[in-house]
Amino acid sequence: MSDMLSAAFITVFITTVIAQAMPLMLASVGETIGEQAGVLNLGIEGVMLVGAYAGFVVTLSTGNFWIGMLAGVVGGVVANLAMLVLNVWLGLNQIVIGLAITLIGEGITSVLYLQNYTKSPASLGQAPKLAIPGLGDIPVVGPAIFQQSGIFWVALLIALVLAFALARTNWGLSTRSAGQKPSSLDAAGGSVMRTRSIAVLLGGGLAGLGGAYLSLITTATFSPLLTNGLGFIAIVITMLSRGRIIIVMITSLIYGLAVAIGPALQVIGFTIPADLIKMLPFLIVIVMLILFARSSVVPPALGSAYTRGAR
Amino acid sequence: MTTTATSEVISLRDITKAFPGVIANDHVSLDIVSGQVHCLLGENGAGKSTLISILAGMQQPDSGTVAFDGKVVDITSPKVAVDYGIGVVHQHSTLVPAFTVLENLMLGESSMLQNTKRAEQRLGELADLLGVEIDPHALASDLGLGQQQQVEIAKAMWKGSRLLVLDEPTSMLTPQAIEHLGESIARVKAQGLAVVLITHKLREAYAMGDCVTILRGGRNVGHIGVEQLAAYSEAEAQDAILAAMFGDDLAAVGDEASDLAGAAEATREVRAIDFDDRPVRLELRDVSSRGLGRDIEADGVTLTVHEGEILGIAGIDGHGQGALSEVVAGQRPVASGTVFFDGEDITKSGVRSRQQLGVRYVTDDRLHEGTVGSMSVALNLVIKRIGQRPFWKSGRIQPKAVDTEADRLIQEYGIRTPSPETRAGTLSGGNIQKILLARELTNGAKLVVVNKPTYGLDLKTVHLVREILIDFAARGGSVLLLSTDLDELIELSHRIEVISRGSLVGGVVNDGVGTAEKVGHYMTGAIEGTD
Amino acid sequence: MNETSTAQRFAQGFVRSVVPVLLALIVSGLIMLAIGSSPLEFFAGVWKYGITGTNWQRSLSLMAPLLIVAIGLIVAFRGQLWNLGYNGQYLLGAVTASGLGPILFDVLPAFLATIVIFVVAVLVGAVWSLIPAILKARYGTNEIITSLVMSFIAVGVVNLLIKGIFKDPAVSTPQTPVIGDDYLLPFIPGTEIHIGFVVAIALAIVAQYVLSRTSFGLRVDIFGASPKAARHVGLNSTWMVILLFALSSGLIALAGSVDILGQFAYQRADWDPRYGDAVMPLVFLARFRPVAAIPFVAFYAVLATGGTLASQQAGLNVDFLLVIVGLILLFMTITEYLGNRRQLGQSYLPAGLRRTVLQPFRKESERTSA
Repeated sequence: MSDMLSAAFITVFITTVIAQAMPLMLASVGETIGEQAGVLNLGIEGVMLVGAYAGFVVTLSTGNFWIGMLAGVVGGVVANLAMLVLNVWLGLNQIVIGLAITLIGEGITSVLYLQNYTKSPASLGQAPKLAIPGLGDIPVVGPAIFQQSGIFWVALLIALVLAFALARTNWGLSTRSAGQKPSSLDAAGGSVMRTRSIAVLLGGGLAGLGGAYLSLITTATFSPLLTNGLGFIAIVITMLSRGRIIIVMITSLIYGLAVAIGPALQVIGFTIPADLIKMLPFLIVIVMLILFARSSVVPPALGSAYTRGAR
Repeated sequence: MTTTATSEVISLRDITKAFPGVIANDHVSLDIVSGQVHCLLGENGAGKSTLISILAGMQQPDSGTVAFDGKVVDITSPKVAVDYGIGVVHQHSTLVPAFTVLENLMLGESSMLQNTKRAEQRLGELADLLGVEIDPHALASDLGLGQQQQVEIAKAMWKGSRLLVLDEPTSMLTPQAIEHLGESIARVKAQGLAVVLITHKLREAYAMGDCVTILRGGRNVGHIGVEQLAAYSEAEAQDAILAAMFGDDLAAVGDEASDLAGAAEATREVRAIDFDDRPVRLELRDVSSRGLGRDIEADGVTLTVHEGEILGIAGIDGHGQGALSEVVAGQRPVASGTVFFDGEDITKSGVRSRQQLGVRYVTDDRLHEGTVGSMSVALNLVIKRIGQRPFWKSGRIQPKAVDTEADRLIQEYGIRTPSPETRAGTLSGGNIQKILLARELTNGAKLVVVNKPTYGLDLKTVHLVREILIDFAARGGSVLLLSTDLDELIELSHRIEVISRGSLVGGVVNDGVGTAEKVGHYMTGAIEGTD
Repeated sequence: MNETSTAQRFAQGFVRSVVPVLLALIVSGLIMLAIGSSPLEFFAGVWKYGITGTNWQRSLSLMAPLLIVAIGLIVAFRGQLWNLGYNGQYLLGAVTASGLGPILFDVLPAFLATIVIFVVAVLVGAVWSLIPAILKARYGTNEIITSLVMSFIAVGVVNLLIKGIFKDPAVSTPQTPVIGDDYLLPFIPGTEIHIGFVVAIALAIVAQYVLSRTSFGLRVDIFGASPKAARHVGLNSTWMVILLFALSSGLIALAGSVDILGQFAYQRADWDPRYGDAVMPLVFLARFRPVAAIPFVAFYAVLATGGTLASQQAGLNVDFLLVIVGLILLFMTITEYLGNRRQLGQSYLPAGLRRTVLQPFRKESERTSA
């Protein structure tokens, strides 16, 4: 009897860890690609919110989670257009534009949500599950990992493909050189503008996807300022991972653990104030920054716009 | 000759390019012929680099054309240049330090997946052609400068080029490495490629070039063709080039002209001094530095500088010159060892107290370290005396006192500025360097550390800066001169020490012929194994 | 000639500062139309609730914390330190006042207690900024990230304090005890504007003087222009980073305590006015000059005071102010860009983009000539 309970408990725990880790992972992978190309996007918080809201609205009206996810990607790309045009093309200050995107994203999603959904708060219900035959029947782990929604597997695949692409393809080489030394890419006949444009759009799409994952699967609803700083955590994780997407994935999982552990302890009988649980990931991050401050190396050209011939 | 019939001609016609305030290229025309080394000679600011940027597709000319065998082409971007087979080795490295050699070479390829095998094969071909050995998997940042340059040349020829442009390739190499480069160029030429070699040293142009074009003030002011150059004696060629390089200024610069243009082996120009007579002003005993960045640190440096002496420090760029200067100036903490100034231990004192003792520092980073570009010339001239009387009284700035001092220094050093209120960043490099010299050498200077004092300056200012330093020493001042320009060191120094990887590896008293060889010997001896 | 150029520069600065605000207001009006709200109603509401009657006095009261936050940001930004942890720093200062206030006013004379609270608030803010400052100074860790993360932690700490030791046991909602009217900052005679407003204006003038006329101000500017130049001149950059961060954070915390003692008298859990987000674009527009920030802060104070009610009337909610602020930031960078281009006598389009745009035409002309 008690064995049964603890088995179910562990299943729920693992499910929570994954649900919390995935949005962060997607956003961090997107931010990693942007930063590797030399664009620090402080707007990621706003981009995630736009993605989350777009996904929420579309899923609610179509009833299809996949279309909702796609809407999240589109929302993220659109939100990041400001960064593309103003920073990558016109060379304006990344920090200011990033903060503007965050503020506008926060404001507009909050206004729209409260305008349209306050009278009848909507929940989305559960995304369809994709039970993997055989593996899904494994006790404890099976229901937790192998009965996830298909979206989970697609997200995982995207991250792994990008991890390979960034490290091993010519596209990855160009992207990394745009963050390391854009003048080299330019001199070699590549286009810094195009490389960074692709990276920014990809980063926006992934952050939007992360936001949609958050609203469609993790919380199954939208609320104003839903992300609550998740975008900034993504930036920190990106810095600590030094451009390696596999490490981004592992760190995101650790974050998921940190978030899931609070409610889990509560089930066991320890009561931890909700505020402390909310703080925990940030505390972990700052401790990590203090411990690994030396090793958080960012690309040399991060944050600086590229103009040919400027010294 | 029969070769001219088959050889291809790249002709530049009436290339004009203006930037706000300067005309960098003014109707420049020249022909580049395959199988020849075409030397482009001229002082800093003559327009060589702009012309190359146009060939490389980095800049577009305002007017004028580039044509291959009479067919006009439009080089709109570096990619187009690469596609036309124009390979450029820029003066500043374009290698990504964090990438391997192979990654650097593959950069810019358009296919999605990497073909590492084919790339290694291509590198092998090019290494054979250049007569060098390159480890494809070494990080670019781990290579010596000579090897980095070999990789750059391989990169420029990566997609099979018809024209190889080398922008000041010798400026950071040891005499031995320059010789090696010469061999590589000869092999490339033998393959039928056209080579453009840019230099500001006359004797290199004579030694390596088949023909020479001289630029001055953005204009083509002289061309010596292949037959002509072959027919000239060295002295005749030198006179012809000097006349073109200096034009009307030739008379003004006088005997200095050939030295400034690097026509012949350099010789010492300062008066000899007797070291025994002179008290020691600066002494470093086994000093090692400790910084935060990734620069090479000074490592166990022991040296003395006497009153009235110019001590030269020779070395390849980035071998700890910055750290050594900063340790003396007080900008970088000392990890071990002792620094004495006039017999007093100053190891622990900072920039400001050393400044007041008379220790001064003219940094090589004039734009971002030496001056604050967004502030006025006047403020920049007193910036090292913040908070001190008479410019500040109880924390308040005294504009009148600042202006008086600024006017005095602007007069004395001939700083050309519209007004003392002009932003320093808008002035030319030469005038910014004058600001630094004026500020550092005034108000009781006893020892001045100068790092690459003439780098990137036009010849007249180079001349002026050297005069100022010689003058300062003649009046009893001490100079610690760090430079990568061996000619400059030989002209100015009483003694020369060689720095390599932060340590001094040998010293030479500069009293006669053969100094360059001795210094070069220490430099190569010290860096054997990397190059 | 000098005079006209000074006048011209002033006019140009004015245009560059005001145009982004106007553009942001126009575009936000269009957004309101797009989502079915009435911009006219909104802006009329802002005027009505922000200025008319005695509402202007409420706007001026709001100016006090906003302006002090602005000065705090200016101190950091002038040194090129991106202190983005302002929300947490502000709340820490606020909780110092709302938590210590009820205790201190019982045992000390009101005047003395107020001074103690202000000093403690500044110290708390300064100490809180040490982690980002030291990480930046020692290891060059990006202060944007560290100060933001510390801000989120501060929000949590403040909530824990309000729900814990500072909680008013008399009420069930988590909030601090209300401080009696007698202990709050006095009003300027004849108005209902507390003297925090005077303090803020005085601080702006002092900061302006210190930053533009003294050797300390010049040191900050050198440090901000180039840390390398600062080292060259003999400034201790470690100390500079820590000092500027402490000053900035301390001032922002002071703003929080002024706001509690002047305006709110108590603090609820989960309350976060996010003044810093709104003030940041304003200090850019003021070109990091404390006195120049005063009119911009006044403008925003009216917008915020009137906007709270006005947005509800127009069928929006307060978060719409974030959109306006974000738009101001965007248009500010764009105006700056266009202005710089024009000054240099160049095209508005950057070279790369211009080429792409002009490419088809050029190819055409070539074909015809060839």
